[in-house]
Amino acid sequence: MKKKAVQAAFPHTIPVLIGFLFMGTSYGLLMRSKGFPFWYPVVMSVLIFTGSGQFMAVELLVSMFRPLHALFLTLVVNARYLFYGIPMLDKFKGMGWKKVYLIFGMCDETFSINCTVPPPPDVDKGAFMMAVTVLDHLYWIAGTTLGTLLGSVVRFDTTGLDFVMTALFVVLFVGQWEENKDHRPALTGIVCSVLCLILFGGENFILPAMGLIILCFFLDGKRKGAVS
Amino acid sequence: MSETQELITIAIVMLGTAFTRFFPFFIFPEGKEPPAFITYLGRVLPYAVMGFLIVYCLRNVSFQKNFALPEAIAIFTVVVLQKWKKNSLISIAGGTILYMFLVQVCFV
Repeated sequence: MKKKAVQAAFPHTIPVLIGFLFMGTSYGLLMRSKGFPFWYPVVMSVLIFTGSGQFMAVELLVSMFRPLHALFLTLVVNARYLFYGIPMLDKFKGMGWKKVYLIFGMCDETFSINCTVPPPPDVDKGAFMMAVTVLDHLYWIAGTTLGTLLGSVVRFDTTGLDFVMTALFVVLFVGQWEENKDHRPALTGIVCSVLCLILFGGENFILPAMGLIILCFFLDGKRKGAVS
Repeated sequence: MSETQELITIAIVMLGTAFTRFFPFFIFPEGKEPPAFITYLGRVLPYAVMGFLIVYCLRNVSFQKNFALPEAIAIFTVVVLQKWKKNSLISIAGGTILYMFLVQVCFV
C-alpha cells in the first residue's frame, strides 16, 4: 500500500483506533467468556468486520442452531448498510479489485470517514480510501486478538470510553454542517431517527428510521423535481 | 450447537453482512446510470446518515437516568471544541474524557 496514503489516512482513523481497540477487546473477552476457542472471534473479525453484528452473533452462537433466524437477525441488525452504498456508488467507480474490499470493509466508521473526508490533493482517492479501510480493519482485528488472548487485564475503568465513537460521528456531523448551507438533509436524519427511537425503542428503530429518511427525501425530491 | 453448526452460523452472519454492504452495488452496477432519485439520494444521504449514526450510538441511553445529561454535556462539549479549535482529535478526546469523568465520578 502507498505510504503517502497511509500517512494521510492515519490521523483521521485515530478515534477509530481507540474505539476499536476498546470494542474489539470487549468482544474478544465476551467470546472467550462464553467458552469459544481463541481463534473464533479473531476469524470472525477478519471475515465479518462489524461491531453490532458480531456482538449479536455471540447470542446466536450460544443458543440453538437456527440458520434462518441467524440470517434474519443479521439482515435486520445490518439493515443500515443497505443504504451506505448509495453515496459510494460514484466514489468507488473504476476502483477495480479494490472496490470489492472497499465495499466489504464498509463498517459505520470506515463509511463515515470515506464519505466525508476528502484526501489531500497529492494523494490518490482510491489509495486513501483503501488505507482508511485497511487501518480500521486492522484495529478491529488487533482489538479482538488482544481481548481474546489477554483476558481481563484491563487495569483502568473504561466505563464511558465507547463515547469515542459518538464523538467521532458528532465531529463529522459538524464538519458536514459547516460545509453545506442546506441543513435539511442533516436535520432529516436526526429528526427521523429520534422520532423512530421514541416510537420503536433502541432495539427496533433502525429499519423504520431508514425508511422514514428515504421517504422524506423521496417526497422532497418529488417537490424539487429531482424524482420523476 | 456442534462445531459444524457454529461454523455455519458464522458463515451466515458473514454472508448476510456482506450482502447488506454489496446490495446497492448489485442493483446499480457501474456501467448503468442509476435512476435520478438514487443519484439524488446519494447526495443527501451522507448528511442524514451521520445524524442517524449519532442517534444510533445513543440508542441505549436512558432518560430516566440523569435525564441523559452526561451525553448532552459531552456532545455539547465536542461541538463547541470543534467549532473553536477545529481539531477533530482534540474535540473527540476532550468530549470522551469529559464523558468518562461524568459517568464515572459525577453521575454514578
